[in-house]
Amino acid sequence: MTPLLEVRGLARHYRVRRPGGLWGRTAVLKAVDGVSFAIGRGRTLGLVGESGCGKSTAARLALGLLPATSGDVLFDGQPLSTRQDAAWRASRRKLQLVFQDTLGALDRRLPIGLQIMEPLDIHGIGTRAERLEKTKDLFTAVGLLPHMFDRYPHELSGGQRQRVVLARALVAQPALIACDEPISALDVSIQAQVINLLHDLREQFGVAYLFISHDLRVVRQVSDEVAVMYLGRIVEQGTPDRLFRQPEHPYTRALVSAIPVATPNRARQRIILKGDPPSPVDVPAGCAFHPRCALAGPRCRVETPALRSMPGGHRVACHLAGETAAAA
Amino acid sequence: MVALPDVEPATDRRLVDIRGLTVDFDMGARVSRVLHGIDLSIDKGEVVGLVGESGCGKSVTWLAVLGLLGPRAHVGGIATLGGEPLLGIGDERLSRVRGGRIAMIFQDPTACLNPVKRIGAQVCEALHLHRGIVGERARAEARRLLDRVGIAAAAQRMNEYPHQMSGGMNQRVMIATALAGEPDLLVADEPTTALDATIQAQILDLLREVRRDTGMAMVLISHDLGVVAENCDRVAVMYCGRVVEQAPAERLFEKPSHPYTRGLLAALPDLAGPTRRLESIPGNVPEPWNLPTGCAFAPRCGACRDFCTGTVPPYRAVAAGHLVACARAGFLHHAPSAQSSAVAR
Repeated sequence: MTPLLEVRGLARHYRVRRPGGLWGRTAVLKAVDGVSFAIGRGRTLGLVGESGCGKSTAARLALGLLPATSGDVLFDGQPLSTRQDAAWRASRRKLQLVFQDTLGALDRRLPIGLQIMEPLDIHGIGTRAERLEKTKDLFTAVGLLPHMFDRYPHELSGGQRQRVVLARALVAQPALIACDEPISALDVSIQAQVINLLHDLREQFGVAYLFISHDLRVVRQVSDEVAVMYLGRIVEQGTPDRLFRQPEHPYTRALVSAIPVATPNRARQRIILKGDPPSPVDVPAGCAFHPRCALAGPRCRVETPALRSMPGGHRVACHLAGETAAAA
Repeated sequence: MVALPDVEPATDRRLVDIRGLTVDFDMGARVSRVLHGIDLSIDKGEVVGLVGESGCGKSVTWLAVLGLLGPRAHVGGIATLGGEPLLGIGDERLSRVRGGRIAMIFQDPTACLNPVKRIGAQVCEALHLHRGIVGERARAEARRLLDRVGIAAAAQRMNEYPHQMSGGMNQRVMIATALAGEPDLLVADEPTTALDATIQAQILDLLREVRRDTGMAMVLISHDLGVVAENCDRVAVMYCGRVVEQAPAERLFEKPSHPYTRGLLAALPDLAGPTRRLESIPGNVPEPWNLPTGCAFAPRCGACRDFCTGTVPPYRAVAAGHLVACARAGFLHHAPSAQSSAVAR
């Protein structure tokens, strides 16, 4: 069966100028550098990594919102164009995006009910009465109260606004929603509400998610598969259970060990990485992670490791994977 | 204001004592009370975590104590540092405490540093203000401090501007500046919230190290229960301008008593074991001018009874050092914890 969305060798490079104003030398910033993944119908792929690792750019490329420097995006087996023509506009209906900043994503001068209905108007789906009915159904499905229909975005709390944004993304019955840090701006108790809502909506509408977050706990909670990105590349990919229980890549290990846990057991071993992630303009040669890696050998400094398959469908881009698992 | 039991008498270990702290904001048309009588004490060398959702007053508590809220805020109650009063002592005396005996670091280090001054000069300024060191001695001391907070090649980095450094590096500079006055207490307000996971681990590790060397006390304000659990000796949970529960960290996370604390813990996704459906706390945090009568958490509380909405529940001890402001705390105590009764997905 063809996956819903398939991405092969996706790359996006930007020409930038190094410090020095107009006279600075130009350089290439590799925001995304050869990323491949697939998302099945009604499945969730979690994309994690630190800021600047290219996870948001990867999502925009996968949705056809940004032309790729190289690589292919296949939606339902068909190549997804980034030319903004009729076919592209039709594909918008099937691919939706949800952001962290809900106040920025909503129109402050339009009642939320009308905003949720807007995609139906744009795509000309149904009669006016049908649209209104559908919007009202969805309004309650995402847990908003009917009397809020005519409210404006600033009158709602952050959690309620995120529900509005989700309803608007869902109203045209998309096949995939890319959620870019959808809950990072919310308080803990509200985060749980939205995570549960995302889960329920998936069950109810069969929508697939590309879920981007820096919070590994949340990603584990919502994903069927997780990909870890570092400097524009996927360094490890697998089921959340396997990835969090037994991470193979030294970077994933550090990430997992860095998650603070609210359990009384404090005996967990913590790996503390040295330094900051390098700038994507100056990606180190060989394995991009080697300057911060405690296990790096001579080979890591020269040869870029490919993402290779391990037993059980797990994939790692590390020369030492397999050997280091025994040592950990 | 609620009369509270003085659980432990003040001892000479006591560094900061806050009693019945209230803050009212004058909004012109109305006056909103955002702190309803906070009682909190910090011992020497102790790390106290302050958790709660946005708007619960965890930052305002410390801004009020340090007189940083501005003229529209009316601060009431008592706050002492080593037995000396802190509230209403005037700006001049307070400015010697601020940065000197109590230092504060914030969430966004890049916004806290002066963008047009070199970082070396900013650390030197703190040294001049709080310790009266100037000139070459100040530069040498600044170099030592920057080196202390793990900035490699400190001598060169001193000549850089904040925008040339990463967020994690800037937070290190902030910590160095805070350490310049050799404070007895460091108030860290969400010090790692704006940083990436691996950088967060570095900064928390640095703060632990600094504390071990200097023996200073710390207040860690955070919305992240994990960060608090791993770094604090004692934790206070705040909700709507009140401390609703406080206990030694291990005790709090093992036997949370207030339904709000339990709710917060149940709302956190696990890192191991089967994925369960998260238990969310229904509803939203009420606005400070629109608080319900009685217990502020009552409308969102699963264990709420009629009497909860009548009066504000008193603060009482359920175990040594474990205080809870919940009328039903004793009854809920032996009920299965929220986490173990969670519905498996």
